[in-house]
Amino acid sequence: MTSQVLLSIDGLHKAFGGLIAVNQMQFDVHEGEILGLLGPNGSGKTTVMNLISGALQANEGKVVISGKDITNLPAHKISHSGIARTFQLVRILPDLDCIENIEAGLAYRNNPLWGDDAQKAALDLLDRIGLAKQAHTPAGDLTYIDQKRLELGRALALQPKLLLLDEWLAGLNPSELQDGITLVRKLKDEGLTIIMVEHVMDAIRSLCDRCVVMNAGAKIADGTPDEVLSDPEVVRAYLGDSHA
Amino acid sequence: MLSYAIFSGITLGGMYALVAMGLTLQYGVSRIMNLAYGELVIVASFIAFIFMTTLGINPIVGLLIIIPLSFALNWIIYRILLTPLVARAKNRGMLEVDSILATFGLLFIVQGVLLVWFGGNYYSYDFMNGAVNVFGAAIAANRLVALGFAIVIGLGFYLILTKTRIGTALRAVAVDPTSARLVAIDVNFASCFAFALGGAMAAVGGVLVSMFLTFSTSMGVVFTMKALIVVIMGGVGNLLGALIAGLILGVAESLVATYVDPGLTIAVTYVIFLLVLLIKPSGLFGRASS
Amino acid sequence: MSILKPDFIKPVGLGAVIFAALAFLPNFVDNYYMSLAISVVSFAVLATAWSMFSGPTRYISLATVVFFGIGAYTVAVLGEHMAFPLVLICAALAGTVIAVLVGFSTLRLAGVYFVIFTFGLTELVRQVVSWYEVNVTREMGRYVFLDITQNDIYWQLLALFAILLLTGFILARSRLGFALRIIGEDETVAKHCGIDVTRVKVALFVLSAVFMTLTGAIMAPRWTYIDPVIAFNPMLSFQVVIMALLGGPRRLLGPLLGVIPLTLLFEVLTASFPNHFSILLGCVFMVIVYLLPGGVIGLYEKYRAPKKRTLSPPDGNNTTPKSEEKAA
Repeated sequence: MTSQVLLSIDGLHKAFGGLIAVNQMQFDVHEGEILGLLGPNGSGKTTVMNLISGALQANEGKVVISGKDITNLPAHKISHSGIARTFQLVRILPDLDCIENIEAGLAYRNNPLWGDDAQKAALDLLDRIGLAKQAHTPAGDLTYIDQKRLELGRALALQPKLLLLDEWLAGLNPSELQDGITLVRKLKDEGLTIIMVEHVMDAIRSLCDRCVVMNAGAKIADGTPDEVLSDPEVVRAYLGDSHA
Repeated sequence: MLSYAIFSGITLGGMYALVAMGLTLQYGVSRIMNLAYGELVIVASFIAFIFMTTLGINPIVGLLIIIPLSFALNWIIYRILLTPLVARAKNRGMLEVDSILATFGLLFIVQGVLLVWFGGNYYSYDFMNGAVNVFGAAIAANRLVALGFAIVIGLGFYLILTKTRIGTALRAVAVDPTSARLVAIDVNFASCFAFALGGAMAAVGGVLVSMFLTFSTSMGVVFTMKALIVVIMGGVGNLLGALIAGLILGVAESLVATYVDPGLTIAVTYVIFLLVLLIKPSGLFGRASS
Repeated sequence: MSILKPDFIKPVGLGAVIFAALAFLPNFVDNYYMSLAISVVSFAVLATAWSMFSGPTRYISLATVVFFGIGAYTVAVLGEHMAFPLVLICAALAGTVIAVLVGFSTLRLAGVYFVIFTFGLTELVRQVVSWYEVNVTREMGRYVFLDITQNDIYWQLLALFAILLLTGFILARSRLGFALRIIGEDETVAKHCGIDVTRVKVALFVLSAVFMTLTGAIMAPRWTYIDPVIAFNPMLSFQVVIMALLGGPRRLLGPLLGVIPLTLLFEVLTASFPNHFSILLGCVFMVIVYLLPGGVIGLYEKYRAPKKRTLSPPDGNNTTPKSEEKAA
């Protein structure tokens, strides 16, 4: 990789009581790339995402974005340093309508938008993610895929440098999956850097530039999708798992 | 003077611990934040008072009647008042808010009924008032008896929870109600049982306290408050934590009342509570929340 | 500027007309009804201020009377030494300081800790004030002799309520108010949107506390004599909670719907059944929890076709009443 390192994680460690969920994780993410974070269920991928985004506090280690140390900052400060995320179980604001859901992302970012400007920007964004027609629908009434789109829209509204997608493509049917992949690729083409936790192999092969594979909290492989997926240790970690 | 202060602090702390154990069971297992809890303590004190003064039954014998009675009463409260709230709550937070509001209602009703019957005066009765010499301090025999019973009942209760089948089921529900269901534990039954057992503990506390303290209809709220503080200090659902926290609170209060000013006991309780909230909100012996 | 838009001018103008008309009430009714009107308006301020914080966040605060009492005591202590408006400013400052302290120490934690803390806070403050009065000033009570009439109190409360409603109205259209709605829906999402949730909660808690403190300060001259037991009567906190919940704490005017009937009911009850007040208060709590969980306004919204939901079926069966939202 010749491009610059955007996010760098070093020696990251997280234990819940006696259970070590993340063990000395170390990897870099370069500007403009899509990094896949893979591993069997329970291997600590979501915990890593939570540590990066500030939802959890690390016991040890460092998270640095664009040279700035953001380890264990509160989540709202991390979002101000340019990281936005979606959640493994989709989290929208059910009683607010779609415009308001997007405005939630616009109104408290670094250069906040409010009032008419926010309304306009929100409509533009809804158009971009294909929800323009549902602008005034309460988010709780949307279909599953639309809720996922909306959650992505809210993350994009924050104008992140780095986007964390936690199984954003899970649970979609084949045609929705194609739409989803196209949307993520578009984001990459616009220059966004993405870390995606994903089990859908088609998506990983077609989207990821590089993959980090975790097992039992530790990194076991790091390379292109083809490299890591043929790595014997990765195969062993996944063995018996239907995604292997 | 010091040994007297410490001993009376330990007696008081033992009562707090006993009462708090019941509350930690109700909150930890049944997930009910019961703000009428202290009222049940006081009701038991008044029943013991009536037993002693009008029926001539001493409070120790009275316990044999009051324990099953309060267990049954709390069982009924849970079945009739709280089951609908549990059924409609979508998550733990909602049940907390609903149970807080419903038990507020219960608090006022019980307090109001007591007030109509007994008025606002302080009550007490004579039971084993003779002094006994302990480490050079003259201690009323009733305090020693109360402390002894608190230890025996607290220990019995601890053994029920750790050594019996139903105790294990209760602890499983406390950790994770959803998973407990998967191993064929009847969560509704366990919750109801825990609530009733907790209520019985409150009644025991009320009877023991009435043997050596004066009490009034408005004291329930103070008991609720202190029990809550002990539960949080000890870590929700942690019985040994409740014991230690109760003793700390009792001794601290007793020392301040003896050496500083009896009017500042609640202030002491509060300073301790605030320190715990600021430094370790999961309780002195609680697990850090993830 | 959004302030000049019709959707702002219309309700504010209407409100101004109603409040102007209410200001003439003393010309039409006698002392008894004025005293009742003062009760209604003071509870209206307290319940609305309570809901401003507790409605969206669902943190049940039982500290209302703490702030109310602090306001009353500020007047008792300073009333004869400086002009009344200055006293009010001092009261507001005192309320702010206490609210900031309480807020920052408890609002980082789960709601249940906050309830418990505020539950005992009244007792603590009352004990500390009593202790101070007994040991330092050596006088348990204080006299408030100020040249303030019943009508003055009424007008001040009315003005305070008008300011509170205007504040609430502007808040609902502000970034701060929107942040509070997001926190009420999902606190985790709010954090990841860049909202400093603790600061937002503390800000609202302080704002609501300032109005409560001012109510206490304005009401103080009505008593002429106050002591810690009168000023910090915990029943007031419970009355405010129940009024707000009966009306519906998630709408600006919701609490008012609970304040009017309950103030009148409590007035009748204290007069006819002084010994049974507590029992009846308990029963009202039960009725609200079991029969009216969303308050009067929740009931109204349940049977009204939803306004904004253009794409949902017109019968509105799929809409969840506010009260059934998940608690944060």
